[in-house]
Amino acid sequence: MSTMTLPPFERFYEQHRAEIFGFLVRRLGRDRAEDAFQETFLRALRAYPKLEHGEHLRAWAYTIASRIAVDEHRRPRADADLPELASLDGRPAFAQLEHLADQLPPTERAAVVLRYGYDLDYSDIGAALGSNATAARQAASAGIRRLRQKEL
Amino acid sequence: MNAVSPGLDRRFRDAAASEGLLDAAYDLVDSPVGPLLVAATKRGLCRISYDADPERELDRLARDFGVRVLRSAKPIDPARRELDEYFEGARREFDLPLDVTLLADFNRRVLRELARVPYGEVVTYGELATRSARPRAARAVGTVMNRNPLPIVLPCHRVIGANGKLTGYAGGLERKETLLRLEGAIL
Repeated sequence: MSTMTLPPFERFYEQHRAEIFGFLVRRLGRDRAEDAFQETFLRALRAYPKLEHGEHLRAWAYTIASRIAVDEHRRPRADADLPELASLDGRPAFAQLEHLADQLPPTERAAVVLRYGYDLDYSDIGAALGSNATAARQAASAGIRRLRQKEL
Repeated sequence: MNAVSPGLDRRFRDAAASEGLLDAAYDLVDSPVGPLLVAATKRGLCRISYDADPERELDRLARDFGVRVLRSAKPIDPARRELDEYFEGARREFDLPLDVTLLADFNRRVLRELARVPYGEVVTYGELATRSARPRAARAVGTVMNRNPLPIVLPCHRVIGANGKLTGYAGGLERKETLLRLEGAIL
């Protein structure tokens, strides 16, 4: 797999702002989505120089947006099979999961984080991964299976 | 229907700059010599480009100053204002902080001398070399002018050949002429 270099932030923002905003509107409604949008990209900007490469940026943007949407709702999360992720703010979700899931392939890792960490539905995860809901569901369950095997 | 409105977009870009999160901000500034791509770091103005290809310029800014490069009007507003005044003939000197940290010592020294050449006057490459304490370095001075990251504000258009010819200009001779005419240095 070739490693993509991290693009200038402008390009990352241009590329993902529309779909991230759409995602936040679906989750929070238009009014609250505006504040959440700004917060999402400010948070991304703070963490951006710590990223080591330009892969999975879309999924990364979705994890930040999801976390902010969850914070907005301030509701207890269902499906909490995995440890709380919100404590390590600003770091890529992949990095947060590293200790737990460092051997998962990136797609499975992202699917697991978005599904169980942030409660996204599979069509949004599919969008984040650049695939579709079916592929996202498969990736998440493959990831969970793999994690369970490791735990045993 | 879920498009990011211009207002929201602008709000984010302003906030990113005012929270000090950018390595470099840039924007386009209209001028009589064409649109200028103007960039600034927290330290000051770091680039003015003619005929800029925004994508290439974006990569260059990221490489030179860091990946957090964002188009943002607010940090560029002071430069935009002074450039407007200059082109209206209402300003003869720029009063903007400049970020020249990336430049080699020699370039910085030459550009510092260049900044002292008054509005409406010209100097030869050789004379500028002498003022920079390197009297034989006229050619090197020409290279520094050619690579001047802040044309107009650092007035390399005021440097001409010993024979009185305009010689060259990174933005094209036509622009050099326009700027000198604006300043009344040529008719």
